[in-house]
Amino acid sequence: MNGTQSAAGREILEVDGVWVGLGGREILRDVSFSVGAGEFTGLIGANGAGKTTLFRVILGLQSPSAGRVLVAGRPRSRRNPLIGYVPQKFLLDPDAPLRARDLVGLGVDAHRLGFSRPSRARTALVEEMLEAVDATSFADARVGNLSGGEQQRVLIAHALISQPRLLLLDEPLANLDLASGQEIVALLSRISREQRIAVLISAHEMNPLLPVMDRIVYMAAGRAASGATDQVVTTEVLSDLYGRHVDVLHLHDRVLVIAGAPGDHGSANGALESIEIVS
Amino acid sequence: MNRFLSPVFAPGFFESSTIHTALAVGGLVAVASGVVGVFTVLRGQSFAGHAFGDVETTGGSGAYLVGIGPLWGFLIAGLAGAAAMEAIGVQRARGRDLATGIVLGAALGLAALFLYLSTTASSTTGATVTVLFGSIFAVSSSTIPLVIVLSAVSVAIIAVLYRPLLLSSVSSELAAARGIPVRVVGALYLLSLAVAVALAAITIGAILSTALLIGPAATALRLTKSPGRAILTAGLLGVATTCIGIVLAYDSFHWPPAGHGWPVSFFVVALVLFFYLLAGLPELLRARAAKTDHTTRRATAEMAA
Repeated sequence: MNGTQSAAGREILEVDGVWVGLGGREILRDVSFSVGAGEFTGLIGANGAGKTTLFRVILGLQSPSAGRVLVAGRPRSRRNPLIGYVPQKFLLDPDAPLRARDLVGLGVDAHRLGFSRPSRARTALVEEMLEAVDATSFADARVGNLSGGEQQRVLIAHALISQPRLLLLDEPLANLDLASGQEIVALLSRISREQRIAVLISAHEMNPLLPVMDRIVYMAAGRAASGATDQVVTTEVLSDLYGRHVDVLHLHDRVLVIAGAPGDHGSANGALESIEIVS
Repeated sequence: MNRFLSPVFAPGFFESSTIHTALAVGGLVAVASGVVGVFTVLRGQSFAGHAFGDVETTGGSGAYLVGIGPLWGFLIAGLAGAAAMEAIGVQRARGRDLATGIVLGAALGLAALFLYLSTTASSTTGATVTVLFGSIFAVSSSTIPLVIVLSAVSVAIIAVLYRPLLLSSVSSELAAARGIPVRVVGALYLLSLAVAVALAAITIGAILSTALLIGPAATALRLTKSPGRAILTAGLLGVATTCIGIVLAYDSFHWPPAGHGWPVSFFVVALVLFFYLLAGLPELLRARAAKTDHTTRRATAEMAA
């Protein structure tokens, strides 16, 4: 695995002892980790582990009940231009009048009132972003007509065009076939290295990200462990995180996390029942 | 009258002040409906648009009962409806359609009562037809200034909010992540929708208002790919539909049954459907051509084998 020192630098994101309770349930329990400038970080965990809530906290859409989030050393705020975001759900009717280039253009100035004034600089910037994500061939197609992988590219360009220092992607691989998923991972890794943009990508499967991750944040039942992949993805760390015994198997260059028999550690955990092979 | 124009424009068309008023009001209303309608379609809120039609039917019929102009009735009910929808969170929770349906049923029931009371009082059926199906030829020219103001308001809301509204209509998550106050933007859009439906209600009636709101927008979506062009196309289509509808309705005074013109609303709604189907024709032909092509190729392949 890549070492943590590969992209060392100032921390772009610091999540420090964050707790979130929603409707009497603790969604996040004392989550702490940091992301260095230009680092590629995988946020791994099963559905319901708290990944989306954590993203909402980082984006300033959800206030933590305790703890704090710093972006480039400052308390995070709404409309933080340093953060680019690619959401998980993106549903648009196939006939919606919005071309890929329109959506990318909205990344420049959607928060401003009125219409955008067409300018050569703006057009050139949109074109450059479309090229950066290999989306020029479908730039004039309706976004609703594009495949999942193509939509991801357009959304990444939409996020990148405002020149963020941190890119958050919520489960971008969830609805993609294996090949499209690998293309997206390769694209993100290239952007991260070339433009020194930190990437925080959530996924329930860590294997597609193993070759490119500088650091992993592993979440289970609202708690998180972070560090270099080979330090975090171990029987000891993950058993502690899940509160029951799990085995970490290395199979060729894949990693399998397998839950032990229920009751091994005494503490029954609802979220864990659905996870036999975790990743 | 020019001999080329006379088969289209019946005598007196260009001199009639009723026609002048109808064209002015109809044109303004069509622009507002078309522009707002593109966002209604984009946001998947056709049902909300129709809900305003129902609620404003009650307002329009109430207006007859208390003796104020129907446009005021449509408008007041529309604004109250917008406030109610915002309060119960129609825009956020899709599961609110049961509550909405029951409220709409009650609103139309109330409209039935109001219309019954005002028709028994004045012993005409005019109010019922005007409220439900519109009568643009009965609109007084003194209404024009109010129509100008209201169409300007509803279009101005869309124009000022254009970029944040477009992004939050495409994805509220993307918009929220950019710090756009999605809820405020949504509420202001609802206001614009309420006004546009009130305007459509005076031209083609509260019940039919959805046709003018959704029809040109849906047709524009078939014809264009970018949001700006869709808005422009929807506005122009709305104006064309309304103007042709007025011309045909004027001509229809000479059609059977003689002396009774056909309602403008009928023509507008028929034209809306016609243009929508016409815009879908190229797609249909392309699909058919592709199918024929495949069949031919398969037949050729089978023959070769």
